[in-house]
Amino acid sequence: MSEIPLEHLLMLSTALFFIGAYGFLTRRNMIAMLMSLELMLNSVNINFIVFNKYLFPDTIEGLGFTIFIIAIAAAEAAVAIAIIINLYRNTKNIDAENADHLKH
Amino acid sequence: MSLATTIQLIVLLPLGSFLLLGIFGRKYLSSLSGMIGTTSLLVSAILSIQTAYQYFFLNTAGSFEKIIAWKMTWLTFSEGVSIDMGILVDPISVMMLVVVTVVSLMVHVYSLGYMKGDERFATYYSFLSLFTFSMLGLVIAVNIFQIYMFWELVGVSSFLLIGYYFEKPSAVAASKKAFIVTRFADLGFLIGILILGFEAKTLDFVTLIERLTTSNSPYLVSATTASFLGASALTWGLLLVFMGGAGKSAMFPLHIWLPDAMEGPTPVSALIHAATMVVAGVFLVARLFPIFSISCPGALEVVMWTGVISALFAALIACTQTDIKRVLAYSTMSQIGYMMFALGVSGYGNEAGLGFTASMFHLFTHAFFKALLFLGAGAVIHYIHSNEMKDMGGLRKSMPITHITFLIACLAIAGIPPFAGFFSKEEILTAAHHANPMVYYIALLTAGITAFYMFRLYYNIFWSKEAKTAHHDDDHHGEGTWSMKIPLLILSVGAIAAGFIPFGSFVSSDGHPLHIPFEISAAILPVIIAVSGIALATLFYKTENDRPDKLSASFQGIYKTAYHKFYIDEIYLFITKKIVFNLIAQPSAWVDKNIIDGSMNGLASLVVWKSNLIKSIQSGKVQDYALYFFLAAFGITALTIYLVN
Repeated sequence: MSEIPLEHLLMLSTALFFIGAYGFLTRRNMIAMLMSLELMLNSVNINFIVFNKYLFPDTIEGLGFTIFIIAIAAAEAAVAIAIIINLYRNTKNIDAENADHLKH
Repeated sequence: MSLATTIQLIVLLPLGSFLLLGIFGRKYLSSLSGMIGTTSLLVSAILSIQTAYQYFFLNTAGSFEKIIAWKMTWLTFSEGVSIDMGILVDPISVMMLVVVTVVSLMVHVYSLGYMKGDERFATYYSFLSLFTFSMLGLVIAVNIFQIYMFWELVGVSSFLLIGYYFEKPSAVAASKKAFIVTRFADLGFLIGILILGFEAKTLDFVTLIERLTTSNSPYLVSATTASFLGASALTWGLLLVFMGGAGKSAMFPLHIWLPDAMEGPTPVSALIHAATMVVAGVFLVARLFPIFSISCPGALEVVMWTGVISALFAALIACTQTDIKRVLAYSTMSQIGYMMFALGVSGYGNEAGLGFTASMFHLFTHAFFKALLFLGAGAVIHYIHSNEMKDMGGLRKSMPITHITFLIACLAIAGIPPFAGFFSKEEILTAAHHANPMVYYIALLTAGITAFYMFRLYYNIFWSKEAKTAHHDDDHHGEGTWSMKIPLLILSVGAIAAGFIPFGSFVSSDGHPLHIPFEISAAILPVIIAVSGIALATLFYKTENDRPDKLSASFQGIYKTAYHKFYIDEIYLFITKKIVFNLIAQPSAWVDKNIIDGSMNGLASLVVWKSNLIKSIQSGKVQDYALYFFLAAFGITALTIYLVN
């Protein structure tokens, strides 16, 4: 079985990251922003796994970090959704443009 | 009890009563506060008299040494230079302990009647206790800085008591005036202390005096050789210390606060502005007297002339004033002038130290008869409800005790034998006669004027017009309570008998008993002058007539000048308002407002302007912040790559 070259995987992860970043900066819906955030986190995960597998196949630190990030992402998603729900209850709106009360 | 414990108790009892009455007085002890203050003072007075007895009569050494009964170092600056708190026992401090506690006790007792029913009775007594504590601390000071601290404390208590009737604007103004004028003088005092301390490398009185009087000691040599504006450092130091003393003792030209200080309650005037605090300046010069006398006769000459000028100047003003308390205030100033120039004409040691003894003697007798005069005036004011002579007259029938005691005090201050003032004044005049004829003749003239204005006061209060007491007959309190009369009687005993104390055997410039021969020939001229002063006053004021008006009309220029206190207040106002305010204060206010404040305000507006420019990036939108974050991360990455390559 022929291996996928390292560069391809890195291009995948880079593309994924910038798609996520673009989505994070342009989507006004907070749920969509949260999804974009997940994309970015997963691109990082791919980076970790790829480098671990291709460059240091004898170690498992990359895997450990990945699992760590997945756990944190879950927690962060829970917190973010809680905030979004609260915001929705208060303003009937989850548009990020409107949530600027902390400016003053 | 040991000497140290006794004196500590004397000093700390009034402090305790001040704290007790100051904290709990108004709420819990208002009716008891007078008794608490008086009792603590009574104990203090008894202990002081006992101390004086032990020190003067149970002394077997034949001379009176300076004893440091107790001392603790409070603040050390460098080797040997420290601020100490302690008790210095020597003839003058023991004498002052007795004077302060006894007069203060009399005033405490008197105030029980005088201040009765006052709303702030407890506050009044706590202030009196504070004053007594500070004054006692002042007289026993071992260290020149200790004396300075208590000096300021008496200044504060004087301020509080002058402004006691704070609802009266004149009292507030008077208390401020007293505080500012004496503070101004104390600035000189502080600089003087620093100069003396710097030159002698010590602040301790005993060491200081020893170092600055031993000839050829390195300290004295450096103090006399270092010079500034033509005078040596020692002269400057002593003169500046004397400036502090002159401010507190109301010597010309720093006297302007004393007449205004009469706004305070009359017993306070008796205690602070007649018998005790105002003689602190005399006490200070006496404390440093060896340095003045041995090392710096020039400064002592300044003391002498200041005293003479003040004595004559105040006596002239006293003849024209119509407020009885102001007459007494000027007479106080005049008598303190006597004490000052008596120190000024004195030499150090043995017979030459007659002036020193005379000065202390006059301080002692003056405390009795002047306190008596003030308390008598207080009784009159209490009865008449006015300070003005024109509202009085013919009171001898309705106030017999006040009348007799006031007469005794007037005779004492006029120098009529055998009353106390005669002996002390006679000693001062003898000392002046030996030292400086000019001073002697001015002092004689002043003695005549003193007799004249004191009897002018006496006749105006008790004789002159017929009594106008019609509205008092029905429901009036009469002459006053016994608590007011008893101090008058006790003090009048002092005013009669204090003169017979052989003062020279106790207090002298060098501690050795001094036998002062009584020369009848020297006493004749002063008595003749005093009697003629009294006769003149009798002629003018005993019955109502137009002679005083004619006299004042014929000397209108002098009379008006003296009536307006020689325009000294106006001169001060001119200097402060026209010169200091316009030429110094206003330009510095301009600099402060425009340049100092301006630079600070400018800095602030610069910050505001800059922050206005950049605050628009703070949109409050989370995606904007995320964008900045990404841009910065890219920027940093790009920079890192650029730098690494």
